[in-house]
Amino acid sequence: MPVSLENSKIIYTALKACGIRLLSALPETWLVHLIQIAEGDPEMTLVRLAKEEEGVGLSAGAHFAGVKSAMLMQNHGYLASINGIVSFAHLYKIPLLMLITYRGSFGERDPWQTQGGNVTEALLRAMNIPYSFLDAPASVEKRIRQAHALAESSLQPVALLLTRDLMWVE
Amino acid sequence: MLRTDCLRSIYSELEKCLVVTIMGAVAAELQSLGHSPNFFYLQHAMGLASSTGLGLALCLPHQKVVVFDGDGSLLMNLGTLSTLARYKPKNLVHVVFDNASLLSVGGFPTATSTGTDLEGIARAAGIPRASTVRTVEEFKAATRQAILGDGLQTIVAKVEPVGPKAFLTDLGLLENRFQFRRYIQSLAAKSH
Repeated sequence: MPVSLENSKIIYTALKACGIRLLSALPETWLVHLIQIAEGDPEMTLVRLAKEEEGVGLSAGAHFAGVKSAMLMQNHGYLASINGIVSFAHLYKIPLLMLITYRGSFGERDPWQTQGGNVTEALLRAMNIPYSFLDAPASVEKRIRQAHALAESSLQPVALLLTRDLMWVE
Repeated sequence: MLRTDCLRSIYSELEKCLVVTIMGAVAAELQSLGHSPNFFYLQHAMGLASSTGLGLALCLPHQKVVVFDGDGSLLMNLGTLSTLARYKPKNLVHVVFDNASLLSVGGFPTATSTGTDLEGIARAAGIPRASTVRTVEEFKAATRQAILGDGLQTIVAKVEPVGPKAFLTDLGLLENRFQFRRYIQSLAAKSH
């Protein structure tokens, strides 16, 4: 599978370094290694969801409990989570660290992913969610650390878009 | 059976629990019995009260967590039952007040009014123990046992579709949220 194991490990290490101890996830191709690494890590609570919006509640519960969490999802999972983000995370000022695979962007070969790619950034902007990209191994650690810091200080959702350049080995 | 009588019957058992409620009548009625800093009212995001309870229960395995859900909210996120069942936190009690109605928006009937069986769905999803109660005595016994005992349970309480006159209270949403988190932090501080 041409998903980058090496870069998945870099992402995971950076999440651990931020103190993330709960990950909610719904599998998608680009996330397989990240989810498998989390599954094998006794320090991490991995919660496999039926639908990504549940992850907003999970992260809120973890925040109340004083546990740092992150959400792994595809951009279509972000689309499926919008009400939870607005009417829980925004309404109650819940920090969310959302790692979102950016499917349907340049280089996408799966026709079914393409519409989600068109609207992802526009929706993040419309929802006032600060976002950045994970697009090169050298900057992953710093970007995750900065995104986490902003989510915690602003008590709001922050998104990192995991790009094809980082996640896929052609 | 009235939801407010159910809540009153187990109110004293909630003292040491973390309580998460859905919006509307459940939140207003619990508050009317007396707000406490260990109560969090999720005044929107229908369907996510149980997910919040799961997050709390997994992160605080020695703390009993009680979720007061409703039929309308649960029907919006039936997948939550499969996620709860997957992780089976022993310290989570999932109470569903089923009035077969979306009461706070004018009483429109939900699918439980035409036969959808939430206890059956919970059991089939893999919740280890699921039950339906129809009297306050049954509710009190089942919920008390679930709070004092061990193991994930879903208790469906068939209640009448009546609620309080008003749903708004003077407790601010953010005030409630920060108070709730601070309460949990104080528990952690005490246990150290």
